[in-house]
Order: sequence, then C-alpha cells, then structure tokens
Amino acid sequence: MVETRPARRTTNTGPGRLLIAVYLLFAIAATSRAGLQIATRFDEAPVAYLLSALAALIYIVAAVGLARAGHTGRRVALACCSLELVGVIAVGVLSLADPELFPDETVWSQFGSGYGYIPLVLPVLGLFWLWRTRRDPA
Amino acid sequence: MTSAAAANSPVDGILATASIVLSLLVAAWALVAAVRHRPPDRVQFVGLAVLELALLALTVLALVAVGGGDRPGEPGAFFGYLVTLVCMPPLAWVLARMEPTRWGSAIVCAVCLVAPVVVVRLQQTWEVLGG
Repeated sequence: MVETRPARRTTNTGPGRLLIAVYLLFAIAATSRAGLQIATRFDEAPVAYLLSALAALIYIVAAVGLARAGHTGRRVALACCSLELVGVIAVGVLSLADPELFPDETVWSQFGSGYGYIPLVLPVLGLFWLWRTRRDPA
Repeated sequence: MTSAAAANSPVDGILATASIVLSLLVAAWALVAAVRHRPPDRVQFVGLAVLELALLALTVLALVAVGGGDRPGEPGAFFGYLVTLVCMPPLAWVLARMEPTRWGSAIVCAVCLVAPVVVVRLQQTWEVLGG
C-alpha cells in the first residue's frame, strides 16, 4: 500500500490510463454516432440525437479532465462523471418508462444496453478512481 | 460485385471472423502480460497493427457494398460503430506506448475485448431488423 501511494496520487497513469482509454473509446463511439445522425436525419429524433451529442461531449471532457489531472482536471472529471451517472440513469429510466420520448436509441438508452451497460459502469469507475487518487488532507 | 454484396452482409464473412479471433488472441496475450505485471510487448503491438489492417479491409468491404447500393439496417449506428472500430487499435497503441507498465497491457486487453463486440454490433446493425 505504502509503496504505491505516490503513483496513485494522479489520475492519468496506471489504471487511470486504462480508464481514459475507455472514455476515449466512448467519446469516439458517441461522437461518430451522434455526428452521423445529426448530419443525416436530425428531424427524426432530435432529442435522442442531441442527447447522444451531449453524452459524447461529456465523455470527451471527462477524458481530458482525467488526462490533465491536477486540481482543475479532477474537478472537471468529477463534474462529468457525476453528470454522466445522472444522465445514464435518468435516460435509462425514461427510455423504459416512455419509449416514445426516444424514437431512436442513444448511447444511454436502457442504461446503455446497446453498449454492454458500460455507460452505466463507467461513471461509477470514474468516481471511484477520483476517490482513490484523492489527496490526503494532511 | 454488387449482386454478391447484396446477397451477403459485407461485415459477416471470413474477414470479420478472422478479426474477431485475432482480437481475442491479442486480448488473451495482453491479459497474461497484465497479470504477470509485464508492459505491452512486441507481440501486442504487432497484433494491434495486423488487427487494424484487417479492420480497415473490413471497412473497405462495407464501403464497397454501400457504394454498390446496399444500405445497413441502422445506418447511424452502423457507421458509428464502423468509425469507432477503426479507431480502436490506434487508440490502444498510443495509450499502451504512453503506459509502459502492466496497465499498458491492460489497455490492449480491454480494447481487444471490446473490438469483437463492436464487430458483432456491426453485423447486427447491418441486417435490417423488422424493416
């Protein structure tokens, strides 16, 4: 425990880099999907597509926050992971309760079932990682 | 070429199967390395490179089919997955280079575990579901 401590202080190395990799993956997935949908058939389901775009933006900013580390980076990542968790749960519940709200799937529909529920797990891992790498008060 | 592409899904053939198998092999190799606290080795990087070539070939097949008049069942999702898929090995490569620890191998393992899933999703979103 003791010897790993200094390395664990930053969010952008070790397991953090793996987390960033998955965030980048989802940033690419959500961006390409939202971009294509907005470009080709925005009228069909504007809410769903804008939501995908928002999710994409959050993934990108979260990845950057984790990668930058530091005080600001951590705050940014914290905000993004929290937003993400709220978003995936809210959209998951709404998409089950009222499917007509989302005529086309988003990254977050049905708690991210189209993406192996990783969208649901990812923000939890992100928050856990931020907690694990928190600075000691002393 | 058009008729052949129309009969079969362009992302559901020997190349797709080979990509899935290769990806899983690289993932297994990287997992062993990660468990043994080894940084990404040459085998992982070569595996990623070969995987990227296979995925690019798969992309060309899909684009040829689209050029020939075929359309995926869910175009938005299909092309989204396709773009993601092609970006995956380079992403793993760059991050694994930045992380010469066991976690670099873990990155390669994770990406190579996700890639087969994306290939399968490509196949699912190509087929017209209820259309």
